[in-house]
Amino acid sequence: MPELILPARLQGIEQVRSFRAPARLDYQFTAGLATTRFLRAVAEKRLVGQRCPKCQKVYVPPRGACPTDGVPTEEEVELAHSGTVTTFCVVNVQFYGQVMELPYVSALILLDGSDIPIMHLIQEVPYDQVHMGMRVEAVWVPDDELGPTLESIKYFRPNGEPDADWETYKDNV
Amino acid sequence: MAEPDVLVAPSTIEYPFRRTTGPVIGAFLTALREGFLVGIKSSDGKVIVPPVEYDPYTADALTEIVEVGDAGEVTAWSWVAEPLDGQPLDRPFAFALIKLDGADTAMLHVVDTGGDPAAIATGMRVRARWKPPRPVGASEEDDATGAHRVGSILDIECFVPEGEN
Repeated sequence: MPELILPARLQGIEQVRSFRAPARLDYQFTAGLATTRFLRAVAEKRLVGQRCPKCQKVYVPPRGACPTDGVPTEEEVELAHSGTVTTFCVVNVQFYGQVMELPYVSALILLDGSDIPIMHLIQEVPYDQVHMGMRVEAVWVPDDELGPTLESIKYFRPNGEPDADWETYKDNV
Repeated sequence: MAEPDVLVAPSTIEYPFRRTTGPVIGAFLTALREGFLVGIKSSDGKVIVPPVEYDPYTADALTEIVEVGDAGEVTAWSWVAEPLDGQPLDRPFAFALIKLDGADTAMLHVVDTGGDPAAIATGMRVRARWKPPRPVGASEEDDATGAHRVGSILDIECFVPEGEN
């Protein structure tokens, strides 16, 4: 690219090379009937999924219908507070808005009694010891801080049980 | 039908982008930070504001940055009666194409007439209202407040009818 010819007033001063161009999208998230029931149960320290009457799969958080069979999932199922790590990610990269100390582990956890994993944090264990099949349990916030949000669970931690058999979670990886 | 009893929560997605300018738009933004405006000479000697890197007709690389005035003439406008979040002014204003003194093209900016849509017209003279200069030693957080010039098109707060500032 040929040299620019600058007017005198622009010579010998620090040039602008970049500018902030943030983008922001403000939404209202409406949970819907099924997820509202799930979140209200979370505020009572309970985990509740819904079972499909055709394929018998238990969805959590429930969306009110089975995506495979297209039928309402009306039967509610109380789920355990323990589950199996199906897959996980060790987060090493700083990003905007991050509140966690690096590195930390974000994992998909298949709660006992359910057929689809939820995403949550794994703590109280060195990040390099987290593995597929690890058995974990929910650590809840104090009762007076419970609310209709998955943040009512602080994180999951190993519960001391031996690793789950591959057959028990192979359909979820 | 009664409203269903469902939970609703705000959900915001934010991307903290920073864009690089290249030397030509960089010169334009540097001039804004310093409190004046520049364009670029096209192959046929016309002055294009804001400056472009290549001639719109011949595609030649352009190199000669030139100063233009910070006042000019409204060539077209559109009234914004109810400004949206993120628009340059929070009171009614006009988006306007303004042909600055010494320029041969018009530049998009906003005109503040104190909220009066009858006070803007094609052909009227307007002048830039500048933000204060960037304080020495200002931090990136200071720059993000929008209180002073940083090298942004919004270093000009708005244009106002000539004689009003």
